[in-house]
Parts: sequence; C-alpha cells; structure tokens
Amino acid sequence: MKKRTKINIILLICVILLVLIPFIFVKGSYGGSDDQGTEQIKKYDPSYKVWAHPVWTPPSGEIESLLFTVQGSLGTGVICYFIGSAHGKKKALEAKSKQEAEPKTEK
Amino acid sequence: MELVKKYRKFLMFLAIGFAYALAYPTTAHAMHIMEGMLPPKWCIFWFAVATPFFIYGLYRMYKIVNSGVPNAKVMLALCGAFVFVLSSLKLPSVTGSCSHPTGVGLGTVMFGPGVMAVLGVIVLLFQALLLAHGGLTTLGANEFSMTIVGPIVGFAVWKLCRALKVNRSVSLFLCAMFADWSTYVTTAFQLAIVFPDPNGGVGAALIKFLGIYAVTQIPLAIAEGLLTVIVYNLVISNDLWKESALQ
Repeated sequence: MKKRTKINIILLICVILLVLIPFIFVKGSYGGSDDQGTEQIKKYDPSYKVWAHPVWTPPSGEIESLLFTVQGSLGTGVICYFIGSAHGKKKALEAKSKQEAEPKTEK
Repeated sequence: MELVKKYRKFLMFLAIGFAYALAYPTTAHAMHIMEGMLPPKWCIFWFAVATPFFIYGLYRMYKIVNSGVPNAKVMLALCGAFVFVLSSLKLPSVTGSCSHPTGVGLGTVMFGPGVMAVLGVIVLLFQALLLAHGGLTTLGANEFSMTIVGPIVGFAVWKLCRALKVNRSVSLFLCAMFADWSTYVTTAFQLAIVFPDPNGGVGAALIKFLGIYAVTQIPLAIAEGLLTVIVYNLVISNDLWKESALQ
C-alpha cells in the first residue's frame, strides 16, 4: 500500500474515533434543533420577539433528514466523481506510457 | 514505569475533562443563528458588512474561472461540494450535543479566502430555505461568521504555517481547524453584542455563548481538519490540482 493511502486510512480512523468518543463517555440528549442558543437569548432578553420565521419548515423529522441526506450525498457525489475520473485518467496515462516504453526496451 | 508515569498525567487530564463535561451537561445545539433571532438593525448591519466581501468573492471567482489554470472550474465545484457535505454532517460532541463543521478550509487553501464568500452563501441559502436551519434575515450574520471570518482566519493560519516551514498537511489541518472554530467564536460574539447579560454585560454573555458554541465545536473542528487533509491528499495524488497553482 502506498504511504499516502496509509496516512489517509489512519486519518479516517481518527475522525471516526472523534465522532464515537462522545457517545461512549458523555450522556447527552444530542438534540438536533437550535434551541439552546435561542433559550439563552430568551434568558437574557425575555422581551425579545422573534420577528421573522423560516419561509418553509420541513413537515417532519423524516423529511428533514431526507433533505440533509440529499445535501450530503449531492456533495459526496460531486467530490467522488471528480476524484474518480482523475484517478482513471492518471491510470490510463501511466498504462499508455508503459506501453510505449516497452517495445523500445525489447528491441 | 516511565511510560506509565507519562500516560498517567495524560489520563488524569482526560478524566478531569470528562468529569467536567459530565457535571455540566449543557444541551447546546451549536449552529448558525436562527431566523429572526437578530433585531432588524443588526440584520441590516451584517448584510452591509458581508456585501463587499461577497462582491470581491464574485470578482475572484470570475478571475479564477477565466484564468486558464487546468481544472480550476472542477476544483471550484469540488470545494463547494465539500462545504455542502460537511455542513450536512451533524456530529455529536463532548458537550453532549450536536453541531456541524463548515468545510471552508479546503477552498481557502486552494483559492484564497475570497471565493468562499460565494460558495458558502449557496450552502447557507440551501439550509435556510429547505431545512429551516439558519435564516434569511440572519443570512448576513451567518455569512460573516462562516464564509468571511472563518476563511480569513484559516488563510492567515495557512500562510503563517507555510512561512514557518510547517509540513503541508499539518498546515492544512490547522487552517481548516481554525477556520471552523473561529466561525463559531464569531457567532458567540455576534449574539453576545446583541444580547448582553443583564448583570454581567457583554463579557458574561460572551462566556456563556462561547460555552454553547465554541466548546462544542472543538472536537468537530479537529475532525474537520483531518477530513480536509484526506480530501486534499486525494486531490493532489490524482493530479487533479498542482500545489503551485494560484499561489
């Protein structure tokens, strides 16, 4: 395995550990809304009136997670397509230069 | 024995850290400022501050697209996509709550901080319109923290590290980490100025908001730094991008 690939795998394991460690050691609610900041604001300024509301709110948690997944997978798709196609091009180029080099060495 | 002694200190430190986190289980949801949570005059103020950066970003983008550098457009798309992915990942943190990374470090290193102001807005709009996350009225403030302060801080860290001849991957890691973290520090500032503590003033409010936003973000910023290095390594090793381009 190439050194770079090895480093990437180690880094990826570190990311997974960073995400998992909180679950193992900390018991939290892991809530998904933005209540805390809003709550703190209400504590500091009880008279503050929220004067604007989101144009459209996902009708349920399921729809919200669907949209988040769409967002993530769209991005992943773009990244992987570009890296994958570059990888293929590089391999093709290497194979071509090898082919061209070989007959010369035979003679 | 020496080794055990060495690690004992480290373990003690860890234990204290976790004990602290357990004793103060704040359920923070460290994210962008929600719709309507800033008074109108502050919304206008942040829009006014963010607009010049956005226009500069458009100008930079125009130049990059027309620069003739191979793969420039592809890389712009890739950097935008990276922001898309990372801001959709709500990750758990040691404070027992969730937050998401920003992903602006990658584009900052490749194209400089200006471009992120444009790419970031696309993501912020997507989340404000479709996910009720962030908001249109607070778009200026969120734009300022995530796509202006974050990339500028990250870029400064990157340049400083490179000047000090720090290893490229480490510089990139630090750049992405500080870009992410400074975003949430800025958010805390933005809220503390508008909503000071009735007794302690802006300072006390700042500490409280930093507790909500910045502490949660620490492990996520580290994770973001590592992910950025992985993607950058893949880009470079597949000849998609030359390190010397546009630098």
